[in-house]
Amino acid sequence: MAALLEVSGLKAFYGQTQSLYDVGFEIPMGGITTLLGANGAGKTTTLRAICNMVRTDGTIRFDGKNIRGMATEEIVRQRIAHVPEGRGTFTTLTVDENLRIAAYTRKDKQGVKDELERVFVYFPRLKERIQQQAGTLSGGEQQMLAIARALMLKPRLMLLDEPSFGLAPLIVLEIFRILRRINEEEKVSILLVEQNAALALDLATHAYVLETGKVVMSGPSDVVKNDENVRKSYLGY
Amino acid sequence: MEQLLQQFASGLANGAIYACVALALVMIYVSTDHINFAQGEMAMFSTYISWQLMSWGMSFWVAFILTVMISFAMGVLIERLILRPLHNAPVLSIIVVFIGLLAIFNSMAGAFWSYLIKEFPSPFPKSDFGIAGVIGAHQLGVVLVTLIVLGLLFVFFRYTPLGLAMRAAAQNPQMARLVGVRVDWMLALGWGLAASVGAVAGIMVAHIVYLEPNMMGGILLYAFASALVGGISNPAGAVAGGFIVGILENMVAYAGNQIEKATGVYIIGNGEKLTVALIIVIFVLTVKPAGLFGRVVVRRV
Repeated sequence: MAALLEVSGLKAFYGQTQSLYDVGFEIPMGGITTLLGANGAGKTTTLRAICNMVRTDGTIRFDGKNIRGMATEEIVRQRIAHVPEGRGTFTTLTVDENLRIAAYTRKDKQGVKDELERVFVYFPRLKERIQQQAGTLSGGEQQMLAIARALMLKPRLMLLDEPSFGLAPLIVLEIFRILRRINEEEKVSILLVEQNAALALDLATHAYVLETGKVVMSGPSDVVKNDENVRKSYLGY
Repeated sequence: MEQLLQQFASGLANGAIYACVALALVMIYVSTDHINFAQGEMAMFSTYISWQLMSWGMSFWVAFILTVMISFAMGVLIERLILRPLHNAPVLSIIVVFIGLLAIFNSMAGAFWSYLIKEFPSPFPKSDFGIAGVIGAHQLGVVLVTLIVLGLLFVFFRYTPLGLAMRAAAQNPQMARLVGVRVDWMLALGWGLAASVGAVAGIMVAHIVYLEPNMMGGILLYAFASALVGGISNPAGAVAGGFIVGILENMVAYAGNQIEKATGVYIIGNGEKLTVALIIVIFVLTVKPAGLFGRVVVRRV
């Protein structure tokens, strides 16, 4: 299968501090890939680097085209949706406005309408809260809103940064079920960064393990899952 | 009683002006966290432009619309050329730039058009307009024009995609970028709109305070007071604050006059209007630091 996103020799810097050294990975078209690693390994930075939110070096090819160095707004227009750490809710806007703002770049009004309907199929709870101020939603609802908003971009690739963060286990399971459906039904490829390695390896087909800004291991999820080091360090048994 | 109504009406007209300038301040504040000290001088400069256009033979309303458009371009240019390079500069540098802009606009106006006080026409017919004995034609016109402008802005921000994008960019710039909003341009647009609203205020008030390079000095202070009273990060609050400050200062002065008439003791009068405004600010900030309508931002984590 052709790769949708190819990253190679990726370096990233916060001011003088280098936090990624030579990161490389591929995301197959239509697949779910996960990045695992301890705190500070560079998972979030990798996602931010893809969207040019940090200073980077290396190559990032999306659908064969080098997107490294493009402005964040333009990368998003290539239909890469980033669901950031902390969900990025527009707290003072309503749920409806939070969703509509993501359709800002789209010109097809009917398409946007259909999209809204489809999003509510995945997240019926958001429909009930449509006129509520987004800052008053619960953590789980805000995470759903963040994913729903990403869907409104009609993305080809979705970058998810710790969707399970701070949520009750049942809500996390619900969100992961929805992510699988989105991947299958909407044909959205997913790059998932997750602390909960067991959950991430269940969802993903491929996994990369990051340590202090380098890829130290990669392979199909079930191979990575059974690796002894991964089991000990990230799965806890 | 009639005098009271008159004072109220004139407070309403002043309040409309304060509301406009306060709104201009708030528009820039919510997206940059800075108070544009040059807002008043920019409005004054715009007013001179409209005066110039009229002296070249244009009618009032043509000059008005043209000036609003020129001011918009001026605001956008200031953001792109002067403030953009200072994007990551410390607060103090930006404040110095604002003060610099204030001085530049002030002296440019003086240099181009001299410091002599000029009369500025009112577009509103003298007779058959207004309510005899209570509110003058110009005052009523000012209130109407501001209400129209405020209404248009409300519709723009509330119901158009571009308005939504501007609000999103102001609230969470990084996330706005992640949904494809060109945040830099939204900031520039905000500056343009603020300059336009300021221009409206300047053109409307010039007939009352006369045209001269320092005409907006006091008004900027009132507008700042209004914005603080209403809640500096709340546009609707700033507008309400403008009307509150405008009406209250006149009411207090009126009460002072009545007391003086009745007892012969002078406590407070027209001379202390600005003081009244500032006392209102201190009072509101002490009792409700977020302003009367400013919500303390509630966030669930």
